[in-house]
Amino acid sequence: MTSTDTRPAGVTGDRARPRTAARPGRRGPLARARGGLPTLVFLAPMLIVFGAFSWLPIGRAVVMSFQRTNLVADPVWVGFANFQQVFADPQLWTAVQNTAYFAVLALLFGYPIPLVAAILMSEVRRFRGLFSALAYLPVVVPPVVAVLLWKLFYDAGEDGVFNTVLGWAGLGPYAWLQDADIVMPSLVLEATWAAAGGTVIIYLAALTGVDPSLYEAAEIDGAGVWRKLWHITLPQLRGILLVTFILQIIGTAQVFLEPFLFTDGGPANRTLTLLLLIYRYAFTNSLGGDYGAAAALSLLLALVLTAFSVLYFRLTRSWSGS
Amino acid sequence: MNATGRSSAADRGLLAPTDRKRPSVRWSTRLAHGALLAVLAVAGLGPMLWLLKAATTPTQDTLRTPMSLWPNGFDFANLVEAWTRVEIDKYFLNTIALAAGSWAVQLLVAATGGYALAVLRPRLGRLISGAVLATLFVPSVVLLVPLYLTVLDPPLIGTSMLNTFWAVWLPAGASAFNVLLMQRFFANLPREIFEAARVDGAGPYRLFWSIVLPMSRPIIGVVSVFAVIASWKDFLWPMLVLPDPDLQPLSVRLPILQQFVELDVFLAALAISSLIPIALFLVFQRMFLSGASLGGAVKG
Repeated sequence: MTSTDTRPAGVTGDRARPRTAARPGRRGPLARARGGLPTLVFLAPMLIVFGAFSWLPIGRAVVMSFQRTNLVADPVWVGFANFQQVFADPQLWTAVQNTAYFAVLALLFGYPIPLVAAILMSEVRRFRGLFSALAYLPVVVPPVVAVLLWKLFYDAGEDGVFNTVLGWAGLGPYAWLQDADIVMPSLVLEATWAAAGGTVIIYLAALTGVDPSLYEAAEIDGAGVWRKLWHITLPQLRGILLVTFILQIIGTAQVFLEPFLFTDGGPANRTLTLLLLIYRYAFTNSLGGDYGAAAALSLLLALVLTAFSVLYFRLTRSWSGS
Repeated sequence: MNATGRSSAADRGLLAPTDRKRPSVRWSTRLAHGALLAVLAVAGLGPMLWLLKAATTPTQDTLRTPMSLWPNGFDFANLVEAWTRVEIDKYFLNTIALAAGSWAVQLLVAATGGYALAVLRPRLGRLISGAVLATLFVPSVVLLVPLYLTVLDPPLIGTSMLNTFWAVWLPAGASAFNVLLMQRFFANLPREIFEAARVDGAGPYRLFWSIVLPMSRPIIGVVSVFAVIASWKDFLWPMLVLPDPDLQPLSVRLPILQQFVELDVFLAALAISSLIPIALFLVFQRMFLSGASLGGAVKG
């Protein structure tokens, strides 16, 4: 096929066609254009953008974590010094704990609620669109707007929005963002509000995919609503539940916006998360950016998360293939 | 699969038709649905309605009695003041410029790349596909610092892209998810049409522009809407690469404005910032609420 490569694609040599036909299936009908100038033209934007802004930085991330870089002097190879520095930082363990705490709370808040809501909504016959639109609305609110709005809701004074409402029931006032014991649940509550709608929609799609004949078979055996729910609905959702679980781990491990805008890691580092620590290493260091340490910590976090991503991909691909 | 699943589920779900006839089941589901609707309305719509109310209320009323409805009348001047004096108009335009450019770059990269991989099928296509797909597994956190340094000192160009919109536009194009979506869609188009076009003398450019793109409106729509929404939501990256306040989008500017703008005007600014994403959602509801959201979730 090399001879066809140099041929301008606009020139359709009739002789080329029998050759492509001789290799049926493997190549498309445009096989004569393969590798030609037009193909290169079409590939170029992707190759340039991915090359410069994805592949190169990924490689650079690995290299940088073994270097000392400050953008002024030439980078110096320092072996594992960046990693040693990161591991010696007492803030790392605070950040790991806080991030894990955020992730666990996010699962406690954000896992059962969308599931219950989706199962209820799947039985709605009229106005289901209204239900899903209401559930999804917070997802389209810009996250910065959501956080700044909730910051007002969380006002610690008696006249704060939440404290006013809870005051009607004789509760509070609470120092939502200042009290070290409730600051993390406050952050997770907002994050759950902002994300739950997306999960509801995923579950709804999965629920409509459950084969009704399974329910019919169970009914013939005399199963009631709760037993159908337990023995058919939930097992049928097992796969998608695992996927949302993995997605949530990947998302919450990289939480940044909430701790950054609500509390900037405070009070007393109680909401310092891993990404906030990386950000501080690189961008708010008074001694200039410690890019090496930031890259090292990013790489460590990424290695853990990549394992989850691969798992996610294997799960979803095995379904779409079947 | 989705379509057939939905139509059969429309016949029945967890509850059997006989279940629905039983008064106890009927009333308990009605009760549960009513409660759910109330919860969704309060949780989903409530905060945005409060924002709308507070944006048109004087500061003192919002501070003293945040839950009363306009105790001392409306204050629509907030919106005007936010738009003009606080220069929300400028940041709004910046946001739109960032969204438009990100959209254009993403669409260009995904459409041409997807077309090359799915239709032209170059020799190294599988390798390139694999390299693009592999970036899906790399969490965005790993890119933060090296991408920032790349923007400071981009390859070949030799001049920093800091404080230019290109620093946001170009990295946005490196979305493996978009390429994958387009590639899959193109690969499923009937190849007989390509063959027929070729017989009629259409080259690869003509085929792309006059046949593949017009047939791909649905997927272009999906990629477009999600590109605009994602750009509107973006915060950390524009904050890093656009330190010049005159270039910053709303998301970056709002947290800073909060510190020196009066509360009622600030709330008006928040309300203005939510306008376009919510409008897009209302117009393209079906797109958001269909299976496409599954893909949107992956990007986070």
